[in-house]
Amino acid sequence: MIGFIAWRLLQAIPLLIGVSLIGFGLMHLAPGGPLAVYTLNPTIQAQDIERIKIIFGLDQPIHVQYVKWASGLASGHWGYTFFGGRPVLDVILERLPATLLLMGSALSVAIVLGLSIGVLGAVRRYSVFDVLATTGALFALSFPTFWFGLMAIFVFAIELRWLPSGGMWELGEEGNILSLLRHLVLPTMVLALVITATWSRYSRSAFLEVMQQDFMRTARAKGEPPAARLMRHALPNAAKPLIALLGVELPFLFSGALVTETIFGWPGMGRLFVDALNMKEYPVLMGLMMFTAVFVVIGNLLADIAIAAIDPRVRLR
Amino acid sequence: MSAAAAPPEGQVGRIWARFRRHRLALAGGIVVALLLASALFAPVFAPQDPTLLDTALRFRTPFADWAHPLGTDELGRDTLSRLLHGGRVSLTVGLVAMITTVATGAFIGITAGFLGGWVDTLLMRFVDTMLCFPQVFLLLVVAAFVPPTLLSISLVIGLTSWMEVSRIVRAEILHLKEQDFVAAARALGASRARIMFRELLPNAAAPILVAATLKVASAVLMESYISYLGYGVQPPLASWGNMLTNAQGYFDTVPWLAILPGAAITLTVMGFNFLGDGLRDALDPRLRMDP
Amino acid sequence: MAEPLLKVSGLEVHFPIRSPFLQRRIGTVRAVDGIDLDVARGETLAIVGESGCGKTTTGKAILRLIDSTAGSIHFGGEDIARHGAAALAPFRRRMQIVFQDPYASLNPRMTVGGILAAPFDIHRIGVAQDRAERVAALLRTVGLPPEAARRYPHEFSGGQRQRIGIARALALEPELIIGDEPVSALDVSIQAQIINLMKRLQADRGLAYIMISHNLAVVSHVADRVAVMYLGRVVETAPREELFFRAQHPYTQALLSAVPGRGRSRQVLQGDVPSPARPPTGCHFHPRCPIAQTRCAEEAPASRILAPGHAVACHMVSP
Repeated sequence: MIGFIAWRLLQAIPLLIGVSLIGFGLMHLAPGGPLAVYTLNPTIQAQDIERIKIIFGLDQPIHVQYVKWASGLASGHWGYTFFGGRPVLDVILERLPATLLLMGSALSVAIVLGLSIGVLGAVRRYSVFDVLATTGALFALSFPTFWFGLMAIFVFAIELRWLPSGGMWELGEEGNILSLLRHLVLPTMVLALVITATWSRYSRSAFLEVMQQDFMRTARAKGEPPAARLMRHALPNAAKPLIALLGVELPFLFSGALVTETIFGWPGMGRLFVDALNMKEYPVLMGLMMFTAVFVVIGNLLADIAIAAIDPRVRLR
Repeated sequence: MSAAAAPPEGQVGRIWARFRRHRLALAGGIVVALLLASALFAPVFAPQDPTLLDTALRFRTPFADWAHPLGTDELGRDTLSRLLHGGRVSLTVGLVAMITTVATGAFIGITAGFLGGWVDTLLMRFVDTMLCFPQVFLLLVVAAFVPPTLLSISLVIGLTSWMEVSRIVRAEILHLKEQDFVAAARALGASRARIMFRELLPNAAAPILVAATLKVASAVLMESYISYLGYGVQPPLASWGNMLTNAQGYFDTVPWLAILPGAAITLTVMGFNFLGDGLRDALDPRLRMDP
Repeated sequence: MAEPLLKVSGLEVHFPIRSPFLQRRIGTVRAVDGIDLDVARGETLAIVGESGCGKTTTGKAILRLIDSTAGSIHFGGEDIARHGAAALAPFRRRMQIVFQDPYASLNPRMTVGGILAAPFDIHRIGVAQDRAERVAALLRTVGLPPEAARRYPHEFSGGQRQRIGIARALALEPELIIGDEPVSALDVSIQAQIINLMKRLQADRGLAYIMISHNLAVVSHVADRVAVMYLGRVVETAPREELFFRAQHPYTQALLSAVPGRGRSRQVLQGDVPSPARPPTGCHFHPRCPIAQTRCAEEAPASRILAPGHAVACHMVSP
């Protein structure tokens, strides 16, 4: 197991290098390059820009720049924002809890709901419930998240006035848990919709697959009650593809969170991303790209290790 | 995957399920055909020029006036005309992006799968790396960097979403290239390019067609989203995405301005998704997601 | 004796076994482990052996579909074992293959006409009109109507597909065709038709064949000479009559005794064929051999000539 973890860690290194290369390439692709904020500013003279280039080491060969930039990333020096000159990493970490809260609550709702729907569908295959659930999932997967968000605001915030239309707290209520929860309901519902659909589809097919295995028939022949069969035999075996899904879905979850946050003005990383985009805050954009990509790499790593912990065969591969 | 081994008690259910599935696919196909036709003939069907302003006729409600069947927007432009022309733009972007996605994905997938070795390793690591970035992030950054034209938007969407296609095609090629007809072509002295594109590629057509259909759906979605955020199709050219942006400002008073373009996006995405799902069942049992 | 059309010497095909993690080489599969063969113009050499003995790999290595790790393949006097694609191109016209599975060997997305025109297209022979005529002629040669060109492989039966496969192999007018179990996937009633077709083509065109087979009954119909393979090596080579009536190697004798209706007592071999990744020392056959001695486990037997054209690799056979 330790060997497997070490091997998986080693495998993540080329991935991280690839991620950093793409990030670095994108930064130099930006109009005006990394110095856009200075070159686009008419009050700064050409010779000043040359001086700034030397200060930032931008006159050096490209590979030297990359190594410096990448080792800076690795040691937590992620540069400074153009406006305000704050450390980029601080700005990102400040927004992390809000995003994690939103992603976490949406994912919990989606897993509980999606898993229940999927398992019930698999057990009662082709029943009316199953047909409705699978068709419904197909509809849900086609729903544009941002439009669903707007519609949810229209119905629940504007027409019914049950819930707030955006933000995280009411003014002056910062820290009030009830206020936070009220604000969390709509974004969670919107973000959870597509994930629930995905989970119900995957868990349905994972359970169908498991239930046709010989050991399930054996358990049935031994006279184990259905509930015990499901919990003791089916769940551990169906868990593997679902944990893998958890890892694979992470980038989609981030994308969804970005969309949801912009609709609801939720002060997380997605909102930060769109704001940075509008203000041409390239250091923050790059920081967010790198941060989410590294997050995804680590997420997949953990998923793989979890799978190996459940299934010893994986370790031997 | 498991449908072949379905228990006998599911016999009737299976037929009913298949019927239902194909009905949805059929509905999807009809929706797609209607959308394509309306986009193609938008200038014919549209009651007036979608950019024609008439500030005397702002915020007309739908179904109130035959001159403006779906009402008018905040500048008095005819909503139906804008929807039709916007659909033209959205579908064009969706199709061009899909072609980019499929061409790139198929090329990389077939190259990696057929050549194998370090080429495969390198390309698949590249795919893994690209997949680490959430697509919307990648898309928005690149879209913000390039001047937004219809072509650039389509290319940016296409070039940030080809990775799954390349994986699907690679898996298919890995399976196909071991077949004897490939060995026969090699024994005849066929070049690698001939084997890849004349012998193997046509055999991977089914999964590519399915992926292509589903990719139109996601490309339309992506276009509407980046246009909504202002990095996609630029006014005065209408797209469903930027119609939503404008509508958001009048959300509490004239909600239909937001409901209509959103419904159009949803309908399009559903149409292509259902069609793709049905095609997958019909063409390629091995790829079945059940259902 | 004139120079043979094909002369294979010391051919080895070894595949590396790699560790899953670091891709280090941790072993070798000796699929073909040093074999010598020759084929004269117009003759049929059969290669027989159980599945996994390396006979198919030998055929594919001769055709350069698989790279050999050692040895030479002289075709028409020229060693092609290390030729690159360009140098190989003229030899591709002179050697062809007919596969075992007629379902997998024809591209399902091409019409029969497209499949049969491909050889001309690849070697830039003729123009479109001329190619259509050539395709029609090929189809007639193998006993199919020219209209078949417009149809797809799945519209044909197994035997008809195998005819199409033979037509493709004939397209470039080769001197040697390797048949990799060309009839073993077909119904017994069809097998004779295909064998007769191949024999007729041989008589008409002076073709040489290498027939790879596990079926001694088929071999007895078509072969001039027979080479018996066991675990990557040739253990015995002899003219057909000589082999069927005076086989010397204990493995050949065991194979022959398994053919029904030959009047011999059936000799059942002990154990399974060992893995080519870990072949036995000395003579590969010794763990299963009824007459093995200690020497057999220590030393690989060299091939010795017993009679004209009859060579045996066995310590226990005296000349």
